[in-house]
Amino acid sequence: MEKRVRELKVDYGPAENIYWVEVLKGLWITNRHFMVNMWRHILHALRIKAEKGAVTFQYPEEHRPIHHRWRGRHRLTVKQNGAMRCTACMMCETICPDECIHIVPGESPDPNVEKFPEEFYVDALRCCFCGLCAEACPLDAIRLDVIEPEICGFTRDIIFNKEFLMGLNNDRPWEEWYIENKTDSKEK
Amino acid sequence: MDTFFLIESVVKIFTMIAAVMGLATILTWVERKQSAVMQDRIGANRADIFGIRIIGLFQPFADAIKMITKEDYIPPFGNKVLHMIAPAIAYIPVMLLFAVIPMGPPLEIGGRIVNTQIANIDIGLLFIFAFGGIAVYGAVIGGWASNNKYALIAAIRTSAQMISYEVCLGLSLIGAIMIYGTVDLSQMIAEQSGHWFGWIPRWGIFIQPLGALLFIPAAIAENKRIPFDLPEAESEIIGYYTEYSGLKGGLFMMTEFIEMVLISALFSVIFLGGWNVPWLEYNGFNFPWGGTWTLNIWVVKGMQFGAYFLKVAVLIYFFTLVRWTLPRFRYDQVMRLGWRYLFPLALINLLITGIAVVLFA
Ligand code: SF4
Ligand code: SF4
Repeated sequence: MEKRVRELKVDYGPAENIYWVEVLKGLWITNRHFMVNMWRHILHALRIKAEKGAVTFQYPEEHRPIHHRWRGRHRLTVKQNGAMRCTACMMCETICPDECIHIVPGESPDPNVEKFPEEFYVDALRCCFCGLCAEACPLDAIRLDVIEPEICGFTRDIIFNKEFLMGLNNDRPWEEWYIENKTDSKEK
Repeated sequence: MDTFFLIESVVKIFTMIAAVMGLATILTWVERKQSAVMQDRIGANRADIFGIRIIGLFQPFADAIKMITKEDYIPPFGNKVLHMIAPAIAYIPVMLLFAVIPMGPPLEIGGRIVNTQIANIDIGLLFIFAFGGIAVYGAVIGGWASNNKYALIAAIRTSAQMISYEVCLGLSLIGAIMIYGTVDLSQMIAEQSGHWFGWIPRWGIFIQPLGALLFIPAAIAENKRIPFDLPEAESEIIGYYTEYSGLKGGLFMMTEFIEMVLISALFSVIFLGGWNVPWLEYNGFNFPWGGTWTLNIWVVKGMQFGAYFLKVAVLIYFFTLVRWTLPRFRYDQVMRLGWRYLFPLALINLLITGIAVVLFA
């Protein structure tokens, strides 16, 4: 029978073969990491240096800076008369790769418009922020905005409803957020 | 048996248990934090009492509450009685070993010499080997009584590994026993006081370097920690306490940390001179270049306690470092390392030591 398995021969030098040398080298590396980071932590705790010992962002209290071109928060746009632009054509729901948009269409109160979404849900935990919904929309009714989504919570269903998406019950208008974040994250 | 002896023993027992359990509890925190700092992370820092966090030191309490309130599941079809007592069988022998581990230098209180060992018996090290051997039963019975094939296989792995490495552990220490001529641990430390040529402290590690080098892997293997953690190996090959939940599983985990304290104490007693500080004698520092720094006897004793604790702490740091650095061995590698490298090396060490003892003693 033909021998199918090819043995992988790695040439280890004598230092690798003794094993202890390599172990000690590895221990030295981790030890150095510990010592350097500990030193930085101490300096930071004593307020001598602003630099921290770890790269961690303590998320709910501390947000990492976001690039000014970041688009990660869905918004439903409105017409000049305040009505929703969306006509519940289901393009976005169809194209969404994560199936996180759910629309309940209904008859529009406006006689000139046929349909509008009675309910519009976006499941923020499933969304991958690909932006395909915004691209697919024929009416520019859904957009991805610069606001950072607040997806930290104690429940596992972070679902944005229609009012939230239209910015009706947002705590902060997105323009304010944009102006604040535009300048300091530009250099990245 | 007089009252003084009784009070002394009770005080020693309580101090020892408090020290060991406290240290083991803190070790769960140390392990998390040390690994976090090594890996540029922050580590557990969220557990708080009334908003006070003190760098996560409350985490062990949170762990304890979690373990107590967790469901304690006893697998059906297994042997319920053995399943119940297996963690105790693993835990009690390890705790018993601390009876012969000294806590510090002997003290003189009211004209009496008070040994800081709980039981000052001559067979110290043999006692440790004897009860350390029993500890394997807890793992094996625990794995067997859970009626889980993976746990059973892990238990068999455990017994093979622990019995193999017990041989290496014993042989690596026999060289030291031959040189000190005693198995009593406080006697061993007394043998290690003083200096060679007035400079080098007479610590075991300088006279038994190979023994010390062999003791470390054998001790880690006995302790069942990475890189020898095949018995547990939670992540992929299932370990022997898979079927344990709540406090029983916690007891197995606790045993591991207590064993870490144990091997650190043992290593510092046998190879690092216990509480001996270089050039520190009962009257203070006597430097080899002629100077003396006279100190009160209680200051000297305090320094010796501190030195012993420092040695144990550094060793614990080292063992945690090893645990977070090395990847796990494969089963055949463990066996090969144990029987084909450590065992012959220990025999060679024994031979050399024997010749040296005959020639120079
Ligand atoms: S951004 Fe992508 S994943 Fe998110 S809702 Fe739109 S299409 Fe779906
Ligand atoms: S948001 Fe755009 S694509 Fe989605 S249903 Fe409304 S109109 Fe259609």
